[in-house]
Amino acid sequence: MTDATGHALTLAHITHRFGEFVAARDINLEIRPGELISLLGPSGCGKTTLLKIIAGFQRQSEGDVLVDGQSISHLPPNRRRIGIVFQNYALFPHMTVAENVGYGLAAAGKPKNEIAATVEEMLAVVQMTAFGGRLPRELSGGQQQRVALARCLAIRPRILLLDEPFSALDKNLRLDMQIEIKHLQRQSGITTVLVTHDQEEALSISDRIAVLSRGHLEQFDTPTEIYDRPRSLFVNTFVGTANLIPGVLETKTAHDASIRIGETVVVVPLPGPVAIGAPVLVSVRPEALRLSSSPGGLPVRIAAVLPIGPSLIYEALLADGTPVKVVQDRAGSDAALSDTAFLTIMAHRISGLFAKPSQS
Amino acid sequence: MAGAMEKKSNEWRLALPLTLFFVVFFVAPLFLLIGISFQAERRMTGALGLNQYTAFLGDRLNLEVLGDTLLLGVKATLLCLIFGYPLAWLIARVSARLQALLIFLVILPIVTSVVVRTFAWIVILGRRGIFNDAIVALGLSPTPLHLLFSETGVVIVLTQVQMPLMVLPLVTVLQRIDPNLASASQALGASAWRTFFKITLPLSMPGIIAGVILTYTACVTAFVTQSLIGGSRLLYMPMMIFQQAMDLQNWPFAAAVSVMFMISVLVIVGLLVALSRSRAAQLYG
Repeated sequence: MTDATGHALTLAHITHRFGEFVAARDINLEIRPGELISLLGPSGCGKTTLLKIIAGFQRQSEGDVLVDGQSISHLPPNRRRIGIVFQNYALFPHMTVAENVGYGLAAAGKPKNEIAATVEEMLAVVQMTAFGGRLPRELSGGQQQRVALARCLAIRPRILLLDEPFSALDKNLRLDMQIEIKHLQRQSGITTVLVTHDQEEALSISDRIAVLSRGHLEQFDTPTEIYDRPRSLFVNTFVGTANLIPGVLETKTAHDASIRIGETVVVVPLPGPVAIGAPVLVSVRPEALRLSSSPGGLPVRIAAVLPIGPSLIYEALLADGTPVKVVQDRAGSDAALSDTAFLTIMAHRISGLFAKPSQS
Repeated sequence: MAGAMEKKSNEWRLALPLTLFFVVFFVAPLFLLIGISFQAERRMTGALGLNQYTAFLGDRLNLEVLGDTLLLGVKATLLCLIFGYPLAWLIARVSARLQALLIFLVILPIVTSVVVRTFAWIVILGRRGIFNDAIVALGLSPTPLHLLFSETGVVIVLTQVQMPLMVLPLVTVLQRIDPNLASASQALGASAWRTFFKITLPLSMPGIIAGVILTYTACVTAFVTQSLIGGSRLLYMPMMIFQQAMDLQNWPFAAAVSVMFMISVLVIVGLLVALSRSRAAQLYG
């Protein structure tokens, strides 16, 4: 379907300014051939700007975009062979599905019979063979997305860009399309960059995730690393649910640190980020906490219990009023929990230790 | 529910005053005009016949005037489209503030009195006008050009005067086209020209047709511009009707000329509407 091997994409020291505003600040990304990566961040973090720079719709202020080590920064979008699927699909409304899919081939001056054959092949890949004669407005959202994907793949792009591709779909369809795209991408081995603000989407579909905040690359890692070992407080709070429990750093070595939380001391197998005696935030995922009715650990007051399918979500308040979310298996949870309980932190599963940001 | 139904069935009454006005001051005179055109005799003795129509169609000069008028409209409309399209494209893309300024400049001809702006053009296009002075001074022509009292002059002035009628519908349509479509086309390997001819132009067709209809009907019936800029040597249909009715007091003939002119323009507009219907059907269902 595409070239046998994927292509490497490199962003080298990309900086982009809109007047005074810096949309991207010295971004470096090495994307391996055949990899699917996500650019993840809240709106205004610069992810869409990066996508436009890769596609060539915007020229970066500084830095270079390279495919297989060769700079493409000087090329206009129509000569980059980089396919893009837009958030709203951007199908040509006056052309049939087949004409849409064949558009890029016709622009390349391919003969009619070759175009027809490729269109047929691409529509088969996205399971839309029966819809070649329809107009885009006669299709559902999911079908439009398949056509947009087929139109893009028909030109055998070196890189595939997906701009918030699932945001316009309803929840059930979204999961189906995610699986399908992941499958297609694996099969074709095409290097893919996905832009999203949805962390679940990024975690489930990507080989690696680049988390961006205010034009700055916070972390570029595998989903597991991003979730388990967030390198900054921003990544930690943006990806997944995190409880930030305030404490004070008591002692530290090169490998661990003891943190005093209320009356208890917890030894965390992470180096302390601040000086001894300074306030820290201990980040714990809801599933790395346990509630128990027998004394031991931090005393908490349980404010609410939500049964969500197989698990229970507790909202517990620490002595100082800090709210903490705890997820427990329904089967394994202590049935005798009353309004007050005790909270144990699984120290080896603590995801981060961060300096407490000064109040501003 | 019943109240709403009742309200709905009564709402047509709101259109009553306008309908009455329309019937009394437009439909009735129009039928009167058509009736007069079938009067066989100039003095309107009551005898009916097709005499006026055969007289009009029998004289090649009359048909030439009709042809000249329809062709004048084609020329001015084409120029409006050629100059107006890029302007509309620009207006659809600039910032909101610049957009407001450009649209104000575009509609300026409408808010200026037709007589004032026509005399301004006479000053500009005359033998010793600004335009000819500049042409001669630049050495582009050894003698002043004949612009005033020529068809070229009329086309130039009509293009300026009727430009808003072309630009405004175009701006509306161009603003509605999703900018991602052009980006998608480029990412698929299409050049800027291909993107324009395959995507932007077909999608702006409804605006082009609306603009052409408005501009064309305004150009062929522009009595003041045609007669003041064209002068006495050039004769177009509106002037011909005026002369027959007011100077020669030949009302039946003037009426027949009017009806012929109206039918010709309606046929052209009808064709354009049919074209836009098929386009719109293709685009928006």
